[in-house]
Amino acid sequence: MLLNQFLLLGAILFCIGVYGVIARRNAVLVLMSIELILNSVNINLLAFALRDGRTAEQAAAGHTFALYIIAVAAAEVGVGLAMVLLIYRNRRSIALDELSTMKG
Amino acid sequence: MLAAETAGWFLNNAWLIPVIPSVAFFVIILFGKRLGAPAGHGAYIGLASMIASFVIAAGTAYQWIQRSHHFGEEEFVEPVIRKITWWQSGGVEFGIGQHIDGLAVMLLVLVTFISTLVQIFSLEYVRGDRRFTHFFASLTLFSSGMLAMVLAENMVQLILGWEIMGLCSFLLIGHWWEDKANSRAALKAFFTVRTGDIGLLCGTAIVYFGANSWAQENLGESGFSISAINAWALSGTASHTVLLWGSIALFIAAIGKSGQFPLHTWLPDAMAGPTPVSSLLHSSTMVVAGVFLVARLYPVFWEGLSITDTDFNLIAIIGGITIVIAALLAFVQNDIKKVLAYSTVSQLGYMMMGLGVGSWTPAVFHIFTHAFFKCCLFLCAGSVSHSGSHHSFDMKKDMGGLRKKMPVTFACWVLSTLALCGIPFFSGFFSKDEIIDGADHNGYKVFYIVGLVGAFMTAAYMTRATYLTFFGNARGAAAGEHHDEHDAHVEVEVEDHELVGALAHGGHGDAHAVAPGGGGHDVHGHDDHGGDHGPHESPWLIKGPLIVLATLAVVAGYLNAVPKPIETHYFTEWVEGRGAEPVVETGFLGSGPGESVVAIGATSSTEEGEDGSHSEEAVAEEGHGEEAAHGCGWEVPAEGVCFSVNHHPTHAEFKWSKALTTSIPLALGGLVIGFFFCQALYTKKNKALVGLTERNGLLRGGYKFLWNKYYLDHLYEKVIVHGIAHPIAAAAYWINQNVLDGIVNGAGIGGRRFGGWMYRNIDQRVVDGAVNGSGAAARGAGGAVRPVQSGKVNQYGALLFSAAAVAALVLVIVNS
Repeated sequence: MLLNQFLLLGAILFCIGVYGVIARRNAVLVLMSIELILNSVNINLLAFALRDGRTAEQAAAGHTFALYIIAVAAAEVGVGLAMVLLIYRNRRSIALDELSTMKG
Repeated sequence: MLAAETAGWFLNNAWLIPVIPSVAFFVIILFGKRLGAPAGHGAYIGLASMIASFVIAAGTAYQWIQRSHHFGEEEFVEPVIRKITWWQSGGVEFGIGQHIDGLAVMLLVLVTFISTLVQIFSLEYVRGDRRFTHFFASLTLFSSGMLAMVLAENMVQLILGWEIMGLCSFLLIGHWWEDKANSRAALKAFFTVRTGDIGLLCGTAIVYFGANSWAQENLGESGFSISAINAWALSGTASHTVLLWGSIALFIAAIGKSGQFPLHTWLPDAMAGPTPVSSLLHSSTMVVAGVFLVARLYPVFWEGLSITDTDFNLIAIIGGITIVIAALLAFVQNDIKKVLAYSTVSQLGYMMMGLGVGSWTPAVFHIFTHAFFKCCLFLCAGSVSHSGSHHSFDMKKDMGGLRKKMPVTFACWVLSTLALCGIPFFSGFFSKDEIIDGADHNGYKVFYIVGLVGAFMTAAYMTRATYLTFFGNARGAAAGEHHDEHDAHVEVEVEDHELVGALAHGGHGDAHAVAPGGGGHDVHGHDDHGGDHGPHESPWLIKGPLIVLATLAVVAGYLNAVPKPIETHYFTEWVEGRGAEPVVETGFLGSGPGESVVAIGATSSTEEGEDGSHSEEAVAEEGHGEEAAHGCGWEVPAEGVCFSVNHHPTHAEFKWSKALTTSIPLALGGLVIGFFFCQALYTKKNKALVGLTERNGLLRGGYKFLWNKYYLDHLYEKVIVHGIAHPIAAAAYWINQNVLDGIVNGAGIGGRRFGGWMYRNIDQRVVDGAVNGSGAAARGAGGAVRPVQSGKVNQYGALLFSAAAVAALVLVIVNS
């Protein structure tokens, strides 16, 4: 099966996501990068779930986990966008490098 | 065979009877005042709960009668026992439940009925009182406590009900606590009864430890279960010493609660409470509790004190003394309620004496009849004070000649008085005469004479009270004099009430004497006569209960009227445990239907079952000994458990010839002599009689002795409290000041020094050093890591992913 290809796709998406999280200044883009990371994980899960020799339950477990992550991701994005919106309202900017109130 | 299915709904759910009023109590306490001002509809909640309880009690009684018919003539009527586990402690289970038998059913009906009537009476009597609602709350809880006690399944529950009543009596006697005398009376009642209650706790403990192992082994019950205790007491295996001390301790409790000599002093003082309280307290609740305790655990007393086997026993002696001393005291009281109070004490003496001489059924029957006429008498006294004498209870000052003004009250009073005096064909005759007869029958000659003397005195002092209240000239408030309530509290010490007496003061109602005993007035803020201050008949809310009670005072006796032409034995049939013959049962208690009953002593039952149970000749002399030889209480059967609720009761046969020569002439004589004596003394002012107690030294001494109530109060207060409690208190104070304070102060100083040393060395150096050191370390570490917390989200992300990458690397290396 195309397991390696799927895993490779997942790894690439993951790396793009990590790069986006570290390098981008725009908060929305950071959130999008996080989505990429999560979806890369989903691809991995599905890929392993569909590997040869899996029973129906094991396959279903992988699918269920993926669905679960999608739901969590949706919630996370909802919270994240709400925060971004509030930050924008307060500061008229969503540039993350200007935002260092969490500095300890 | 033992038909548990004959127990109907009411019998199975009799536990509701005390539950309803106790729920009502909480409803009244929590919501009573919001239910409508100013009268407070809380009162109606109390009344409604009592009526509901009465209905259930009546149903229970009906089904109980059915049940006792269902069982055979001589067969033991199985009580309806239900229980649940209340709590467990150290392997001991404390149950709560119901033990319904004839005695319990009788008292359930009695208490709910009397309570209902008293509450109706109170609606009018206490109207406008500032604590009207709370009064009803306490009254309801009071009845509930009595009911809980009456159907108690075990001793713990019995104590619970007993204590609830003690508390409520305190609340109710001290209802008008603004007056110091009232709150003192409440305290006195509470503490005096508490003194006896120690006996209850000790007795319960003694009996528990005596009965427990036997009961566990044979019946699977704990030693608190009343039926198990009774079975144990009659089983013949019980140690006589344990029974003796257990019964003495329990009897001390009965002495305190039922106002027996020498702890009777609280009862007359309890008159400080409102009249309905006195009425309830004295007829069917509080004071009957002690008698009930003895009747309930009768086998314990029967065996422990060897009733009918010996010439004297504690119960009979105390009962006999109480009859006489209380009756004597009733002669010198001016307060109508105090006469009735001493009368109650005296009648309770009769009940105790009846139990002491082995006349269980007559004694219990006397509880029943006494409740009606004594309640009626108290309510009559209340009615007189409410409408006739302007809230005064002083017979000498404020009453007299009221029979024309208050005909209904007068009629009820007279009927109840006749019942109390034991005049034939009134209810008291049938019960009191039975007690007196029983004393003779069981060989207690001394107590037989005491009973007769008491009957004479009862008739005489009640005649005196009747005469002073309803006959003669109207005096004071009864004559329509208007006087200000609050001036009435000016206590004028009248040296000799018997002689200076009524008319001297009645002529001018300005200086208004109150009996030095206190509690002369029952006023406190309910003065609502609409301008009519003369004596008049009471309203229907008062008259109604009076009429009902007076009717019952006349007819209640016919439930067990033994004299020849009538010969009814309903009460014996329903209430007495029957089963005169002991039965052996295998697993009696808690057993369902289908258990077999093996009657032993069949030999004795053939001899006595036919002719012996109600005839006197065979049983009285040698019959008892014979019964004893076969009886369960003396021989342990080979198999099964010997169970007999009853102590082989024997009933004296009524003989007109005997009654006509002893008790009846004495009672009638008491009435007639009393009447003419009173007339001569109080109305005609016979020179030979007036002032007799002043002129004759012996009489003066006796009068003073009685007036001071045998100096018992002095004994308790001066000798016991001052002589014992005060030195103990002083010694305790000295020890407190010198020894304990020394120890405490020494410990304090030592502690302070040690503390100082600790502070300087340990605290400052060791502890603080450690704390400061750890703080400094944390601070340094924090400073080192601080740059990581840049506040930049991207850097956090970078950190996170690099850490994850490192972890993944490590994982790969480790796993490969």
